[in-house]
Amino acid sequence: MSTKTVTQAKHVRRKTRRKPGEGGPLGVLAWVLALCAFAPIAFLVLTSFHAEVDAATSPPNLLAPLTLDEYRLVFSRNITPYMLNSLMAAGFSTLLVVVLAVPAAYATAVKPIGSVRGVLGWVLSTKFLPMIAALLPVYLVFQYLGLLDNIFALAIFYTGMNLPVAIWMMHSFMAEIPKDVLAAAEVDGASLPLILRKIVLPLASPGIAATGLICFIFAWNEFLFALNLTATKASTSPVYLVSFITSEGLFIAQLSAAALVVSIPVILVGWVAQDKLVQGLSLGAVK
Amino acid sequence: MSTATSTPPAAPGSIATARKKAEAREKILGRRRRRPLMPALIFLVVVTQIPFVVTIGMSFLNWNIMYPKDTGFGGLSNYAEVLSDPRMRAAMWNTVVMVTSSVFLSLVIGTGLALLLNRKFFGRGIVRTLLITPFLIMPMASSLMWKHLIYNPDYGMFNGFLAWLGQTFGFDAPQPVWVSAAPMAAIVVTLTWTWTPFMMLITLAGLQSQDSDITEAATVDGAGAWQQFRFLTLPHLRQYLELATVLGIIYLLNTYDQVFAITQGGPGSATTNLPYEIYLTAFRKYDYGEAAAAGVIIVIISVIVANFGMRLVSSLVTIETGKKR
Repeated sequence: MSTKTVTQAKHVRRKTRRKPGEGGPLGVLAWVLALCAFAPIAFLVLTSFHAEVDAATSPPNLLAPLTLDEYRLVFSRNITPYMLNSLMAAGFSTLLVVVLAVPAAYATAVKPIGSVRGVLGWVLSTKFLPMIAALLPVYLVFQYLGLLDNIFALAIFYTGMNLPVAIWMMHSFMAEIPKDVLAAAEVDGASLPLILRKIVLPLASPGIAATGLICFIFAWNEFLFALNLTATKASTSPVYLVSFITSEGLFIAQLSAAALVVSIPVILVGWVAQDKLVQGLSLGAVK
Repeated sequence: MSTATSTPPAAPGSIATARKKAEAREKILGRRRRRPLMPALIFLVVVTQIPFVVTIGMSFLNWNIMYPKDTGFGGLSNYAEVLSDPRMRAAMWNTVVMVTSSVFLSLVIGTGLALLLNRKFFGRGIVRTLLITPFLIMPMASSLMWKHLIYNPDYGMFNGFLAWLGQTFGFDAPQPVWVSAAPMAAIVVTLTWTWTPFMMLITLAGLQSQDSDITEAATVDGAGAWQQFRFLTLPHLRQYLELATVLGIIYLLNTYDQVFAITQGGPGSATTNLPYEIYLTAFRKYDYGEAAAAGVIIVIISVIVANFGMRLVSSLVTIETGKKR
């Protein structure tokens, strides 16, 4: 009874609408700073809707007529295969990460093995090694195996890049699953795959979704390895953007449109996952 | 007969066998519990550890594919080359400047924003969404945006704003060429803009985990806002700030996109950091041995920093689980 009223009261408190001006001058300051931080992106959006001639005026003409021409040009300049490659690399690696990380986190969090701390520490240490030091050997091995310019090979590398983050995130999610439920299932003689599918997955699915979104963002945005391990067939979106640097003539508005097209999927994903973002970035240490 | 009557004396033996059996069962159980972990661990060893072992091996080889005849064991010559090469030395110094100033600036600004966001005000959710967006936009996209839309001397936002100020207040607005006038600052500003949300989110999580009863009690006892911040909030935030710093250093040591897009490491080697110089050494100079040696050096720097990070991350995680139990 009393707990019910407390939760109701909390609910009511959260639902009360805040009026403009509440929070005083510090609230206004927060708004001003947020708008300042966002201004470059707003300028990017505005420029992408301007014609190339209007984008290249000095000083910038914010009130120039709006047009969708630059977006049309971007898509006619064959952005789609690059976006599809990004989607394949990020999507495939995210799937593989989840498939590998869910059982691993089960072993470290739900049914802890003896040496959890050592195993998790080692997993974390692999994430702390700088990527650039792996570039040359990975390049040479891919070259030797004929895997350069292969989107699945790139996805395999991204899986290794994201797996430590995923195991740590998933570990902190799975540590919250009540142990009694699992013990009961085990007494009833449920097998590991069954326990994973019927109990762990449903309970941990919000965490798995958040982990997947974070890994997707990291893989989608990666540039260094995408640039050096791919050539023509398997190039991803950031590599497409770089092709603008070498193009001649006016290109600012088109570049803006392209930059937005390749960023939008991840911005949307990040907005959706923003509550879990910090957990992924801090490798599960902060909630 | 004897077995039936001597049940008590036989007990130690059966206890021993039972213990042995239990130990064997434990071993099997342990192995079975470890089994779900194995695919992930094997994958990590193959994909992330073997390349580093190869790098260490390569760092002792003379291996430049432009001079195939000279290929062979070179001992420590690559390390001597890296440490005496003025470009590599500049790259090391630039890395230190780039990482420390970006981490410091983004941490200070991020903490300030987190303190603002930790209060109730109108549209807090929207403000937070706006503030995290710089971190979500693809780094290559934001780097090109800063170079061509913000820093550009003719069409860029900065000089456009200056020109507008000049027109409004009637003075001759300066129109600097930002990237060549202050190349390092251009990179640091871009990095700070990108990484401030990261610092803000970790600090905000720290602030929100602070027990509100304690601050309320302090208010009742007549502690001022500054005193509360100095003696309650800051000590509580300390481990979060440390975590943000260490993770920031480790992530920013990898900075590549911004240098590649905005300055290409120039002018000269003014903004070349270690990752960019290693990239140039491997894929422009084709000196694989020297690139590997430089790679080993950046790994050593990271390992030193990461040592602190490991301890911080695991201490925070045990605190979290400790609270729940």
